This record gives sequence, structure tokens and C-alpha cells, in this order.
Amino acid sequence: MESTAHTFKENVDDALQKKNLKTAMRRLETTIGPARLAARDRLPEFDALCDLAREIKDHTLANLDVYLENYEAKVRAQGGHVHWCATPEEARQKILDLCRAADAKTVTKGKSMIAEEIGLNDFLEANDIEPIETDLGEYIIQLAGEPPSHIIAPAVHMTKEDIADLFFEKHQIYDMPRREEPRELVDDARKILRPKYGAADVGITGANFLIAETGSSIIVTNEGNGDLTQSLPKTHIVVASLEKVVPTLADVTTILRVLARSATGQEFSTYTTFSTGPRRDGDLDGPENYHVVLLDNGRSAMLGGEFRDMLRCIRCGACMNNCPVYGSIGGHAYGWVYVGPMGAVLTPSLIGLEDAHDLPNASSFCGRCEEVCPMRIPLPKLMRLLREQAFTEKLAPARERWAMRVWAALATRPRLYRALSEAVARVLGNSGWRRGAFRYLPFAGGWLAGRDLPAPEGRTFHSLWRERTRLEARAGR
Amino acid sequence: MSEVPVRVALFVTCLVDLFRPSVGFAAVQLLEQAGCRVDVPATQTCCGQPAYNAGDKADAQQIARQVIDAFDGYDYVVAPSGSCAGMIRNHYASLLKGDANYHERAMALANQTWELTAFLVDIMGVESVAAPFDGVVTYHDSCSSLREVGTRNQPRLLLNSMPGLRLEEAPSGEVCCGFGGTFSVKYSAISIEMVDRKATALTTTDPDAIVGADLGCLLNIAGRLKRTGKTIAVRHVAELLTGDVDAPAIGEGA
Repeated sequence: MESTAHTFKENVDDALQKKNLKTAMRRLETTIGPARLAARDRLPEFDALCDLAREIKDHTLANLDVYLENYEAKVRAQGGHVHWCATPEEARQKILDLCRAADAKTVTKGKSMIAEEIGLNDFLEANDIEPIETDLGEYIIQLAGEPPSHIIAPAVHMTKEDIADLFFEKHQIYDMPRREEPRELVDDARKILRPKYGAADVGITGANFLIAETGSSIIVTNEGNGDLTQSLPKTHIVVASLEKVVPTLADVTTILRVLARSATGQEFSTYTTFSTGPRRDGDLDGPENYHVVLLDNGRSAMLGGEFRDMLRCIRCGACMNNCPVYGSIGGHAYGWVYVGPMGAVLTPSLIGLEDAHDLPNASSFCGRCEEVCPMRIPLPKLMRLLREQAFTEKLAPARERWAMRVWAALATRPRLYRALSEAVARVLGNSGWRRGAFRYLPFAGGWLAGRDLPAPEGRTFHSLWRERTRLEARAGR
Repeated sequence: MSEVPVRVALFVTCLVDLFRPSVGFAAVQLLEQAGCRVDVPATQTCCGQPAYNAGDKADAQQIARQVIDAFDGYDYVVAPSGSCAGMIRNHYASLLKGDANYHERAMALANQTWELTAFLVDIMGVESVAAPFDGVVTYHDSCSSLREVGTRNQPRLLLNSMPGLRLEEAPSGEVCCGFGGTFSVKYSAISIEMVDRKATALTTTDPDAIVGADLGCLLNIAGRLKRTGKTIAVRHVAELLTGDVDAPAIGEGA
């Protein structure tokens, strides 16, 4: 996917103009946020499970090479194939080759962020293969020609009315009338998608986890579309990044217990589907060919660096669901596949800080993301590390960097700082006392764009304190 | 009260110093009432958070060393802000890791540093204040107070002890107001959207006063209320606790 993270500020301005986006995003605070809290509170051992989940992932990452090789051996022993791809280009090409080998005209797809990361849909279309998204949210945004705005709820930025309009326009070819009710909208999508599963030559899914012990891939869904996608076509391709591997079945069940609770507030997702190799003799269904395309795309480099903690991420979306910045601007403003706090850390690591230095900077450091992360990823700390890199590499606008240096020069010279702040307090205090706040002021345009600046009282604390202690000394106290 | 008074150094904070010195004096009064002897080290300026959050590590380290020197030799350091207290408590030690002269001192200072209301309640054992306030008050938790220094119940305990005061909780109390220091200027469009939501949430209880422990949030919230024509008094919690409510509220005209 082409990144627009470098135009983040413009993206934000565009997003904030959209009224429906605002309506849609404001729901997060009252729906999915409280749902997570309630699910956590219902499970007394939730925090202990999170600690355990973190340990499992840390152990896995410390031995990633071993577990990946074990995983590959298991997949092969069961008649499947594993394809190691270092770059998005390699992964796309490998998938295209597999589709061509299957003589594919249409491909059904379950939800996959890795497919978004490698820009798979556009690439397949350019090569005359039609990708059909079967996850409802993905289906909606595919119709709209948009990228996902959330890692588990791709169409969260749209209102029911937006979707009604979109379906009415795009479903004319099926002679479908305008629908308003969510149930009817879902039924229409289901009616259109059902026959496509059987007709597809290849089914592509992502993977929430890969299990080294069994060679299985796991997807968690709420719609069952993933099951049809991976079991009906002749060829099943799993596309996954390499940090998705966990050692054992027992490990994965531990992590699954915190995943759905953190994501949607469910105890468990409706479907948790394991797929282990192609159809065996005697199996009633399943694909004849089973392929796993394993993507690196910068992750092995993260493994040895300061951002390794980020590789624990299980893509639950809790950080974005509870992020006031994400909740204000939606996912598209982030400009690439991964959004919210996890995207603010992952995107610069994957596509480069130069293009994405706004993302880790655009945070008030409120700390909610770290508080809600079930894998205990220190997201603010990682964002701060990226800010330090950006500052060192002079990626921030020169004006901002110089303002900071000048301020710091003052802050390390207390006497000068004192004199200047007293002067500022007096000038602003004198000119602002009547109204109590400024609506216009030079050099404060950003602050004043949507709020007043309260006026200072007119003297600094330190000058008043000095006067007080002097008077007290004179009075002989 | 013990024979030897507890020696407290007030970390004024740069915002209180510049915008609202009365908050500093209210803090001194509360500390003295609790039996502390209060000093104000003259070489303090700022905790360094603007530099630290901008990724300017070298300048942040320089300022942190200055603070450590300025606040040497006291029993406690108290700030009328969860944000500055959190900076000193949670970040100085890691910021100065590897600095042979300052790392240990940073850790010691971290253990001595407190947000004002938490210090009054948890260390000095204050359970009530005598100042009255007639009306409904909604308390705004700053993110740093909540998540960096664990201030939540302490200011509520003190406010609830005030004769005539009724505390009403606003919805979405744990959500950021959008201040975030330089974030409010660098990403002002997002910041303004956030403070708009916060101001709306805080006014649902129809309070007579909105109070909090961090002046940054309060300037932000008061500024938004003023811009949208709402006249609810916004004050620092120390002002209420000392009964110092005759002066104009934050952003209020004379």
C-alpha cells in the first residue's frame, strides 16, 4: 500500500472536516471501550494472563529462528509449503505465481493486514485476477475503494447511512433496492458473497497465529467468512508475518483468552479456526494445496533493536479503540496500513521514520494505549524513542527544532529565564486582565485556532515569592 | 505534628510560575497548614518535559541535572502538578542512566517527589480542609496524575470534606483533554477536537466549578469553554482547598 503518512497534517485536516467520520468515531468511546473494561473485570485472572501472554511472546521472539524452523518442518510434513519472503514485492509475486499455478480467475479473501501491507489487491487486479473481500468490513471498503481504517474493524469510520448509500449505489447491478436496516444490509452482502466462495479458485486468509508445535495457522473471526474462504477453493494461501508464530497449542490458547476480550470485549471470538495442511485422505473437505507465505518486511531487523517489544503485538486494536487521537481523526489520517498507537510505532519501523515521523509525535502521551495493551507493549516509550531519532535526524521542521533549542537555552539559565518570564507575565497580564483570555495573539495561532488563551495573572510566582521572603526578613521573622 | 517540621521544596512548575502564581501560594499554604516548612529553590525553571517529549534528549538531561541540583537536601519535593511530578518520578532516572554523577541522585529524587494532593493525603495524613465551597464541583483527572503518579482518590477525599461542596463525576473521566504540552500547538487541530469533547463531557454535570491538579489541562479546558461562550469557573484544586475563590477563575475577565 502506498503511504501518505508524510502528509499527516493535511490528512488530519481532511479527516476533521468529515462530519460522518466524527459521528462514527465518537461511538468508540461509549461502545468498544466500556466493552473491553467489562470483559476484563469479569475475568479475575485477566492481568495474570496478560503477564503470561507477554512471557510467551518474549520467549518466542528470543528463539524465533527455532520456532519458525519447527513450524516450517511441521507444515511440510503435512504436505503444505512455506515460502519465505523478505519484501512485499517477493510476497506479492509468490502469491501471484501460486494463483497462476491454480489457473485462478477469482480469489476470495479473508481479512488480512499483511495482504494490505503488501498491497495485494491492486497487484492481483493489475494481473487480471479478481480479489473478493469476504469479511463484511473489508467488503464494504473494497466497494468504497478505500483502505481499512482500523485493524479489526476496517469500516469503523463509516456510519450506517454511509454504508446504505454505498450499497445502494454499488448493488444496482444486482437490482437491489435501497436498504436502511443493518440486518438487511448484511443479508444483501451475504447473498452476493455466498456463490463466490464456491466459484473461487484460490482462498487467501491471514493468520492471527502460527503454531510451531502443530504447523497450524489460526484465524479468529466473527462472521465465518474465513472458514468458507479457506476450505472451499482448491488452494488455500495463508499470508502471515513471521512474528505470528507461537510455540504450542497451549500457548496460543493463553493468548486467545486475552485477545478477544481486549479487542471487542467478547470472551471469545465467534469462530476460532485452525487449519493444518491440505486435505488428508478421508477428509470431507478442505483445500488440495496449502501454502504459507511468510513475510519479513523489516521485522527481523526490529528483532535485534529497540523496537522488539512491538513484535509482541497481537493486533487486538485495544490501543486504537482507547486512543483519543485515533478517536478524533480516524485511521485514514495515519496514511498507511497500521493506525493508532501501534501504527505510530510500527509504521516508522516498517516504511522508515523519514516518511512517518509525524505519527509518533502526534500523541499527547496520555498513556491509555499502554494501560490497555494486553501484551504490555510500552507504546509511549517506543514513540518517544522514535521522537528522539527524528530529533537527532533533524526530521522535524527547523522552526520547531530551533524553538526547542532556544527554550532549552533559557530553561538552563535560571536568572535570564526568570527575568524574561516576569516580563512576559507582565505584558500579557496587563493586556489580558479585562477579558481574562486572549482570542488573538501573535505566535499563538495553533493554540488559538479553537480556544482562547487564558491570560496570566500579571506577575510570576518567583518574583512574588522573592518579594514576600524579603518582606518577611525585614519584619524579622 | 512532629517536633521537627517536614522540609518540603516546592516545585512551582513553569505554568504556575507564569500563568497563575496564586496556585503556588495556595500550595504553600496547604503545605504549611499540614505542618511542612516550605522552601522554593530559586534555580528551578521547568522539569524539562517539553524537551523530553520533543525527542531533545540532551537538553532534557541538562534540565534534569539542574533540577536535581536545585532540589538537593530536602525531605520531599512537591509539585502542584501530576505531570511535572511524574516527569521527575518516572523519567529522570532512565533519562540519566549511565550518568555516574546523577543517576543515583535521580533515583533518590524520584522517591521524594509527589503531586500536591497525593502528598497531603498519603504522606501528611491530611483528611479534610476547612474551607467551604457552595456548589457542584467536577474534578478533571489529568492523564499524568492518573497514570503516572496514581493521584485519583486523594483530591476527591479533600474536596468532599469541604462544607457545602458536592462532587459530581463527568463521563469519560479517564480520557485525555488534548493538552499534551507542545502537542497542543504542534498538532493543534487534533488537540482542539479532543478538548472540545472533554469540555462537552465536563459540562454534562452542570458544575459551578471544574477543578484539576494540572494547570496545562486547565488552561486548555478553560480556553475552550471561553471560546465556546460557556462561563463555568475553572480552577486549580489548590485554590478551592484554600478557599481562594474570590480572584477571577482561569480565563475569566475582571
